[in-house]
Amino acid sequence: MTDTIIEIKNIGKKYKITHERGRYVALRDVLAGVLKAPFKFLKYKIKQVAGLEKQEDFWALKDLNLTIKKGEVVGIIGRNGAGKSTLLKILSQITPPTTGEIKIRGTVGSLLEVGTGFHPELTGRENIFLNGAILGMKRSEIARKFDEIVAFAEIEKFLDTPVKYYSSGMYVRLAFSVAAHMEPDILIVDEVLAVGDAEFQKKCMGKMQDITEKKGRTILFVSHNINAIQQLCNKSILLEKGNIVMFDTTDKVVDHYLNDTKGLNAVSEFNTNHGKDVQVSKITILNKNNTPAARIPISEDFSIKLNLEVNNDVTGVIITLQFSYQGEVVLISSISDQAEKLSDFKKGDYEVIVSVPKFLFNVGHYHFDVTVDKVFVERLDIRQYIGFEIQDINNPKTAAYNGQNLGVMASILDYKVINK
Amino acid sequence: MKLSSQNATIAKYHMSNLTIIKPKKVFSFDDLREVWQYRELLYFFTWRDIKVRYKQTYIGIMWAVFQPFVTMVIFSIFFGILLKVPSNGVPYPIFVYTGLIFWQFFSSSLADTSNVLIANQAIVTKVYFPRLILPFSSVMTKFVDFTIAAMILFGMMLYYGYTPNLVGILVFPLLLVITFMISVGGGLILAAINVKYRDVRYVLPFFIQILLFVTPVIYPASVAEKYSWILAINPMTGVIQNARAALLGTTPINWLLISISFIVCAIILIVGIVNFKKAERHFADTI
Repeated sequence: MTDTIIEIKNIGKKYKITHERGRYVALRDVLAGVLKAPFKFLKYKIKQVAGLEKQEDFWALKDLNLTIKKGEVVGIIGRNGAGKSTLLKILSQITPPTTGEIKIRGTVGSLLEVGTGFHPELTGRENIFLNGAILGMKRSEIARKFDEIVAFAEIEKFLDTPVKYYSSGMYVRLAFSVAAHMEPDILIVDEVLAVGDAEFQKKCMGKMQDITEKKGRTILFVSHNINAIQQLCNKSILLEKGNIVMFDTTDKVVDHYLNDTKGLNAVSEFNTNHGKDVQVSKITILNKNNTPAARIPISEDFSIKLNLEVNNDVTGVIITLQFSYQGEVVLISSISDQAEKLSDFKKGDYEVIVSVPKFLFNVGHYHFDVTVDKVFVERLDIRQYIGFEIQDINNPKTAAYNGQNLGVMASILDYKVINK
Repeated sequence: MKLSSQNATIAKYHMSNLTIIKPKKVFSFDDLREVWQYRELLYFFTWRDIKVRYKQTYIGIMWAVFQPFVTMVIFSIFFGILLKVPSNGVPYPIFVYTGLIFWQFFSSSLADTSNVLIANQAIVTKVYFPRLILPFSSVMTKFVDFTIAAMILFGMMLYYGYTPNLVGILVFPLLLVITFMISVGGGLILAAINVKYRDVRYVLPFFIQILLFVTPVIYPASVAEKYSWILAINPMTGVIQNARAALLGTTPINWLLISISFIVCAIILIVGIVNFKKAERHFADTI
């Protein structure tokens, strides 16, 4: 069994669900509570210690077992809340598991976000060293790879400029470049390819492929980009509700995942953590009568309602919806498309309603991701893989083509026939 | 036979590289070894904080000098000249400045360290490294400020004609170590509390201000006369009083006081580290 590099045994992670409103526990409130009603507090404490007080628990992962061999490139897919990020966080030692044990043989490098620890006041050169050190590289190692990093990021001219003056593209390129030059035995990657422009994404994919092809490197890769998973990973894991439902070749797992429509929910609610600046707390798909529905006739308009919880005033925010069909992105739509400027939000609750016209998408199952970004500075929140189905009802197209649905889009274009 | 020896080396190789992730993690000496392994990161965090701060303020590095210097001038005018606070027979400005630079090293370290996890939450929730590095680096940053401010003290000693004796020079680093221990130790305790109860940081400045007046910074410990032993409970009393003794020869060096301060600070540091390690596993989930 010497080629086993990661051994996960009965891993579980429990979160406590708190229903309190407000950002944090304040010592003031706790003290006030004790002083105002000391007996009530005492009773509660005794109950809690005795285990009588019921607490609502949420198991993000439960009894998860997994063995990964040296050199395997494994994709992890699953819906929102399936436990993908929790699993990566436990493997990266950012948060400990509640139960179980993991044995890892080798060094671990985790890339859960590009540009972690970048400081806007520091120059590109300085940030390469800082970020490299944060990612666990030695100074000598960074110095050795310095030229390579700079060349890949294409920022030679701006090396000594503080990154706050960088364009968003440059920033992301540099951040990815530093991260891509880590050389641990095990690399853990979470959804980092979803940044930058299309050309750069292609370059990143190329780099990722290089990394995966290097012998002996073990990689765990989380993405909603099914395409990327198919290109990079030979094996994949499908997570559902904190457990592994499938661990097989990527083709089989992806096939199972894409054709599984159980997860179709008109209303998706999310646990929020008040520490974040902006969070999407609820996503609702509404039909033309404004009733929640995940199955929409192709001939009817529908809308997507996002409930936002803004805990701190934020400026320069962009909300983006990314629609995909069979794992391929078909439409990226942003709130800034319309006004050509970024939005500002004050503390409070918001509702964003996105109207989708009829005959935009063809019949079939679609998924979308919602991202809230402080553009190229910080990802504030992301909710992924919300599914809906466009149904073949009152569809003039299928009437003419004997029930065949070709193409991803269904827009009805105007044809003028002029007889000359 | 040959095969088994080969297996043994593989096993050994794996042993050295093996990471075990388990639910509960309490303090062990491995944690300190790990901090040592990550010493480059400690250096980078310190370097970042210094660099960023001096880039952001126009007067840059002068800020480290300006703050204690202006405080010294104001204290000298009000407490030294107008109120005629006793100063063990040395000029009041140098008397108060010696106390001030140690005090500011301690108080600013404490304030920064208590907030360090929240200030770095983007990193804490995304990357693994020994969290102990962060508080250590905060104190290191403040130590750089201290060193710069201490140069003014050196200048003042020349101006007023004070030369420390050999024992004084040897005691000085020991006093720094004590200040370092209490800053890190106290900061670790506060940092762990601060993650859970976010209002602690609003109380802290007030608390630090009060502490200034129960520490013999602006007055000598001797003003408390027979009750001066009460002041000795505060480890900074021992540090500041002995810093004056070492550099200015105000009083003989009080070895008993140094020992008490050292022991108290060592206890605070140990409690701080153990408590921090215990609280550490929740940081990423709570922040």
